[in-house]
Amino acid sequence: MSAAIEGRDLKRYYTVKGSGFFGKPSTLKAVDGASFSLESGKTLAIVGESGCGKSTLARLATMIEKPTSGNIFISGTDPHANAGAEKSRLRQDVQMIFQDPYGSLNPRKKVGTIVEEPVVINRNLPAAERRELAEVMLSKVGLRPEHYDRYPHMFSGGQRQRIAIARALVLQPKILIADEPVSALDISIQAQVLNILMDLQEEMNLALVFISHDLSVVRRIADQIMVMYLGRVVEQGDAKTIFANPCHPYTQALLGATPAVDPKLRRERVKLTGELPSPLNPPAGCAFHTRCRFVQDFCSTTAPGLEMKFERQVACHYAEVAMKS
Amino acid sequence: MSLLEIRNLSVDFQTVSGSFRAVDGVNLDIRETDILAIVGESGSGKSVSMLAVMGLLPWTAKITADIMEFEGRDLLTISSRERRKIIGQDISMIFQEPMSSLNPCFTVGFQIGETLKEHLGMDRNARKIRSIELLELVGIPAPEERLKAFPHQLSGGMSQRVMIAMAIACSPKLLIADEPTTALDVTIQAQIIDLLVSLQNDKGMALVLITHDMGVVAETAKQVIVMYAGQQVEQQEVEGLFSTPRHPYTNALLNALPERSLGLDRLPTIEGVVPGAGDRPNGCLFSPRCEFAQDDCEAQIPPLVGTGTNTLRCFHPVDHGGHGE
Repeated sequence: MSAAIEGRDLKRYYTVKGSGFFGKPSTLKAVDGASFSLESGKTLAIVGESGCGKSTLARLATMIEKPTSGNIFISGTDPHANAGAEKSRLRQDVQMIFQDPYGSLNPRKKVGTIVEEPVVINRNLPAAERRELAEVMLSKVGLRPEHYDRYPHMFSGGQRQRIAIARALVLQPKILIADEPVSALDISIQAQVLNILMDLQEEMNLALVFISHDLSVVRRIADQIMVMYLGRVVEQGDAKTIFANPCHPYTQALLGATPAVDPKLRRERVKLTGELPSPLNPPAGCAFHTRCRFVQDFCSTTAPGLEMKFERQVACHYAEVAMKS
Repeated sequence: MSLLEIRNLSVDFQTVSGSFRAVDGVNLDIRETDILAIVGESGSGKSVSMLAVMGLLPWTAKITADIMEFEGRDLLTISSRERRKIIGQDISMIFQEPMSSLNPCFTVGFQIGETLKEHLGMDRNARKIRSIELLELVGIPAPEERLKAFPHQLSGGMSQRVMIAMAIACSPKLLIADEPTTALDVTIQAQIIDLLVSLQNDKGMALVLITHDMGVVAETAKQVIVMYAGQQVEQQEVEGLFSTPRHPYTNALLNALPERSLGLDRLPTIEGVVPGAGDRPNGCLFSPRCEFAQDDCEAQIPPLVGTGTNTLRCFHPVDHGGHGE
């Protein structure tokens, strides 16, 4: 069986205008070589700090943007190699929910109109059937049919995110991309929305790409994870393996920086010093070497490639040393 | 003697649709060198209660309290002139959005110097020396050059460090940090939390940490106050709160954390939403969502019982090892 969604060596570069009138334009490597393959019913989590390229990767997966190089395959077909009808059919299979439910719903449209919009655009259905579809979807996300005629401002953040989920799933897509779907929500609401996502994933056999910086949520939901740093994948593989035994020093630091919710476990943690370097001018060699605790001279000259080590892909010259620590 | 003593603090806002009680019955005692965390979801009144202490609420807010004293001085009847001498010198505050709490029109050096001039009457040269010292203290590299930097030239983590430098400029006795790390990446969050705790230790000041992140609470606090819909529902020492939460809301909130339910198929949730201004129940505000609610919970609001650092507002607290009285 072919994967629901597959990315092969995806790259996306942006040209940034130089400073001043005669400034030379420079290249920002937002995503620099990411590959993944995700089956239906599974969840891939993309993890990293702001500016690491995780949202750009989501935009590539949803075909909002075209990769600079590399290919994306939806159910085995490359949408960018096809034109017109076939491409728009493939687009329907990939839907997205966004981080901020206050920004992603049009305040001037009724909830019903918002949820129906994908159907209006992509299917040719009479109004009554569209309404029925929308109402079924609203009830699936835990809203009531009478919410159909209300406006987004009448809902709380958690309910808005449910509306966004209903809109994304009304076309019965095969792949759902969720870009930080719960990070704007309170804990108790976050749990509700995560449960809905997991329920619907099971029911509709969705391939879920879950983008998050919150490792506690990722640990709960992901089958595979992909850790990114400055546009590059540093570690990728089975979620359980990586959480049990993170190999890349950056993954170790990310896990260490996440506070444990148990006051008895206050401990000395692996801390990162310094800040994320500018993605416009990333360090030479391994991009992480400026903050790495295992750094050697070799790291600042040669960039490590992703290699299979300890049952996962990792990009580190000294993975063995890091693994022993 | 407590540094800050508050008994039965309430804040009402005058709105077009009548008066709205944002904070209702908060008691707290902060002694020197305490770290107190105030936890709650959005709209629980955690920030408003501290803004009331600072005197930073707009005129539409009506503040009432039995006692609100800082070092024996009554903050309710104090004149604005007197209050300005305390605020910024003995009590200072840092806010959630470091990027928007700095004035974009002035350099970092000017903004730190402003506090020093106003409260300590330092001359130009002394201000510069002290500012460099402060920036060094909060871990900003090359402080001398940073004095000339404008806020837009700093990253989020650096801006928050500058805010902290401003807040501790006059060696305050009490520092209130309102969601100091919510806008920051997790590795930077760990750095800032460490900085706050080590400053608190070295300077012997008291720290009030307002947050919704249970991980941050578990890592730093000694005392925890839990708030729900404006009311203080529970206060305990941090170990006790995490091992034996007594209020059903605290219990449910902790259970909803993804970390605490790794073995389960779905996350435990709190059904429903926080009551808004118009639909507050007559009795216990949590009763509509509470799994332990009984008739008396819906009839009247439970009083806040207990003394000092161990208080509870519930008729039927969670009994670990079998519920009931």
